[in-house]
Amino acid sequence: MNAFDQFVTWINDPLNWTNPGGILERLGEHLFIMFAALPLALVVAWPLGVSLGRSSRGGTAVVVLSNLTQAVPVMALLVILPLTALGFGKATVIVALAVFAVPPLLATAYTGLREIDPEVRDAAKGVGMSGWTRLWRVELPLAVPYLASGLRTAAVQVAATAALASFVNGGGLGQIIAAGFGLGLATGGGQVLAGGILVVGLALLVEGLGALLQRLVTPKGLRLSKL
Amino acid sequence: MSLLDGPRVLAAPAAENPWLSWRYVRDNAESIRTALIEHVLLTAESVLIAAVIGVTLAILAYQVRRLSTPILVSTGVLYTVPSLGLLAILGPIMPSRRSAVVLALVTYALLVIVRSTLTALLQVPGEVREAATAMGYGRFARLWRVELPLALPGLLTGIRLATVSTVALVTVGAIVGKGALGSLLMDGFTNNFYKAQILTAAVLCVALALVLDLVLLLVGRVLTPWTRRRSA
Repeated sequence: MNAFDQFVTWINDPLNWTNPGGILERLGEHLFIMFAALPLALVVAWPLGVSLGRSSRGGTAVVVLSNLTQAVPVMALLVILPLTALGFGKATVIVALAVFAVPPLLATAYTGLREIDPEVRDAAKGVGMSGWTRLWRVELPLAVPYLASGLRTAAVQVAATAALASFVNGGGLGQIIAAGFGLGLATGGGQVLAGGILVVGLALLVEGLGALLQRLVTPKGLRLSKL
Repeated sequence: MSLLDGPRVLAAPAAENPWLSWRYVRDNAESIRTALIEHVLLTAESVLIAAVIGVTLAILAYQVRRLSTPILVSTGVLYTVPSLGLLAILGPIMPSRRSAVVLALVTYALLVIVRSTLTALLQVPGEVREAATAMGYGRFARLWRVELPLALPGLLTGIRLATVSTVALVTVGAIVGKGALGSLLMDGFTNNFYKAQILTAAVLCVALALVLDLVLLLVGRVLTPWTRRRSA
């Protein structure tokens, strides 16, 4: 358990928390990347998914897009984007993570609007609601469970992949891991372990908060089953 | 003016660095092939292990319903664990870097396989089960001869999905120096942004995922001829 002893020593050194490049600074960077990438993806994915789902068009495109992005390694995009016109820096990392957060958000928004009972739509039309009122008062509220579950998936994914930003010196908690590996496992093993535990802890925390949020915003009658 | 000119000349690219270079591929065919084979081996090994464990867990959850929630929840939590974080934890603990990568990949493939296999098993119609029991099948004979074959299409879909995401995930192994094409990609990045190497590795990665997806689709068709006959 040598690596574990190293980990305990490393994590208990207050300087490893407060130093430049320490845990607090890296956590701040990590959260900054997350809170920039997620809204960016939302602004693109939700309006598109909602409008496609409403008109029941583009279903195949949505499926193909989500399947194709499964095959593209996040790392490849993270490495390729800085070498294009975007250049190096946090902005590029944020764009890369947003690109990968779009498919789950898009697919769930699409399904959410798609699954609405046509009779409910007709009824809303029948009581004289206009297109926008229908969307705001009937369709979107009914799609909330789907939108919330997509947001949760995307948030966890962004929290996890933000760690990969360290591959291109983009900052974040992954940087602690990369620095540890840079020292070699013999001396940096404890730091690698600490970085790993921090990244895992953050992702599980986001997952937990996401689950809580999902429960809060979903009316009882609309809760999805487990499977 | 010479002071202003100086840096500009220094900043000019020393040599051209194209994204696509057939020369790079030709000159480095050997290292590209090694990385590609390693990538396929890592993927195959991980998906195979995950399939054996995953299908066993799904059958267990199917036979003993009380276990289905704990099994689904625990594989779900494992799936949430970020790949880089998991590799960072396994790297210092596991005996070799390669085994750390394989274990991490197995962890991620598990959820997809367990979930799709269990869903497929649960979709076997109750009448079919009753008919099998009435014909004198025991619990295990029924599972082996009736329920599993009926669940095979769902199981194979799970393995396909797991394979595609595993191919992409192998690249993260680059953090411990065992990322196959991912390591090639990162080497290209650290080696003065060698664009040809980066793009070749990335394209091969995506192509490999698509090819394996297609291969498994065909294997699935051969294994389940009855699904085709019905739709034709």
